[in-house]
Amino acid sequence: MKNAFPILTVVAVLLALWYIAVVPMNATWERDQAAMRGEEISFGQILTATMNQDRPVLPAPHQVLIGMYQQTLGCEAVGRRVCRATTPLNLENFLTRLNETRTSVRSLIYHGWVTLSATMLGFVIGTGAGILLAIGIVYNRAMDASVMPWAIVSQTIPIIALAPMIIVVLNSVGVSGMVPKAIIAAYLSFFPVVVGMVKGLRAPDAMQMDLMKTYSAGGGAVFAKLRLPTSMPYLFASLKVGIAAALVGTIVGELPVQQGGLGVRLLSGSYYGQTVQIWAALFAAAILAAGLVGIVAMIERRTLKRMGMAT
Amino acid sequence: MSETNTAAGHRTGVENGPVIEARDLSLTFTTNDGPVHALKDVTLTINKGEFVSFIGPSGCGKTTFLRTIADLEQPTAGTLTVNGMTPGEARKARAYGYVFQAAGLYPWRTIGGNIRLPLEIMGFSKAEQNERCARVLELVELAGFEKKFPWQLSGGMQQRASIARALAFDADILLMDEPFGALDEIVRDRLNEELLKLWARTEKTIGFVTHSIPEAVYLSTKIVVMSPRPGRITDVIDSTLPKDRPLEIRDSPEFIDIAHRVREGLRAGYDEASV
Repeated sequence: MKNAFPILTVVAVLLALWYIAVVPMNATWERDQAAMRGEEISFGQILTATMNQDRPVLPAPHQVLIGMYQQTLGCEAVGRRVCRATTPLNLENFLTRLNETRTSVRSLIYHGWVTLSATMLGFVIGTGAGILLAIGIVYNRAMDASVMPWAIVSQTIPIIALAPMIIVVLNSVGVSGMVPKAIIAAYLSFFPVVVGMVKGLRAPDAMQMDLMKTYSAGGGAVFAKLRLPTSMPYLFASLKVGIAAALVGTIVGELPVQQGGLGVRLLSGSYYGQTVQIWAALFAAAILAAGLVGIVAMIERRTLKRMGMAT
Repeated sequence: MSETNTAAGHRTGVENGPVIEARDLSLTFTTNDGPVHALKDVTLTINKGEFVSFIGPSGCGKTTFLRTIADLEQPTAGTLTVNGMTPGEARKARAYGYVFQAAGLYPWRTIGGNIRLPLEIMGFSKAEQNERCARVLELVELAGFEKKFPWQLSGGMQQRASIARALAFDADILLMDEPFGALDEIVRDRLNEELLKLWARTEKTIGFVTHSIPEAVYLSTKIVVMSPRPGRITDVIDSTLPKDRPLEIRDSPEFIDIAHRVREGLRAGYDEASV
């Protein structure tokens, strides 16, 4: 709670800057419109008009907020019929709207879920692959010498160039839907896990390794009782980067597929000049990312606390 | 109690039999700056129940010798037997417990968990683990700290816990590499006193590396003075002090005599090395 004040201050400053920026960004269009009508337009009129344009260059914060509501529980997402019949302020009606928005193609909840499920699958695949690769690198000399350069090279290729190819190739072998997107998410999220886990599994110092040797401990015991516990803080740091990267990968993977997801909302918004929709989808993605990183951080805190290593 | 009795009974059978025997032991490290003779022609016999200190300036090979006994380093020449076996066999037979300079407790394990670590690896049953853990904690006067994490303990207490960990699986030999080197003098005195009591109770054979003359003289039945370049033994002093040693014994003429002889040995080695 003691962090609330500085955070709120920063948010307030950002909002103020945003509102200030809205006026000059959207003013040109208002002046052009006025000129076409042959009218003079006062600064006061510009000020109010720029805050509520239909297709602003930069939507005002409240427009984004209203847009997010419209695309979750509002009329845009649930449809006119349900919208007229219900109000979100009553629990039963709220649930009706929630049920409607779950399947609506105009709903951020629906698209967010599509993105979230592919992200989670990709994150699990990426984390698993990352941990296995790290174990291979630590225990196998050949892998130690060969894998890391390739892993680094893999991350230098722009994912936006690679994503369509992954989707086309997988599609030609009959894999479509969530899995190709999850593969792209995994492609981005395995890397921080490999780097973190190699570092973590190698973190035990010479003395700790010597101690295990004095017990004549086998490889399995050294791994389970020394290397793995030592690597935990490194793993969690990597997971936080990895899960955010998985979300980015999923969104990029959604762009060429056009079968739902926040990426689709972003792209269709830009096709039709719906800036409010783009911003709403962006914020939905940001909230999703923050939530996912927050969940990983919570698991990290609990785990490290149980391990007596809480910072 | 029965443990001590059987140990004592066993001990009378092979009174003063050799436990560690090194003959012409040499160890040379190859470095970028050429070979380093960490040990050269070291010949030494350590008998059962002895408390042997290795003292000398850094680079004299005292730690290397201890590590060679523990099979953490491989000698390049000479023979070394531990309990009549090669060091490797002795390590696998769990002949020794090793205490490092740093306590090296796992921060994610409680004190009890740390002491159970070797027991888990060696496959002791849960019940036996608990019994042994309680026994060694009592032995190092840490009973009641089982559930604490290492960071909740002082440096001296952590080092006691690490000694308990080395004692937990009942090895006959305890190898200690400057275990109190990082502690302040007051704590060190106290732990020295406790270590002597522990040694009297458990009747282990102890190899103890130190660079403190009073510590070596106070603790040992045999003091091995070593010197560097190449690492070798310059003097072996059998202590004439009685087995029962209060801290005040350090002011006795006998103690000062032995300390003097150790200092002479160190100086001789130093002079030789610098010529």
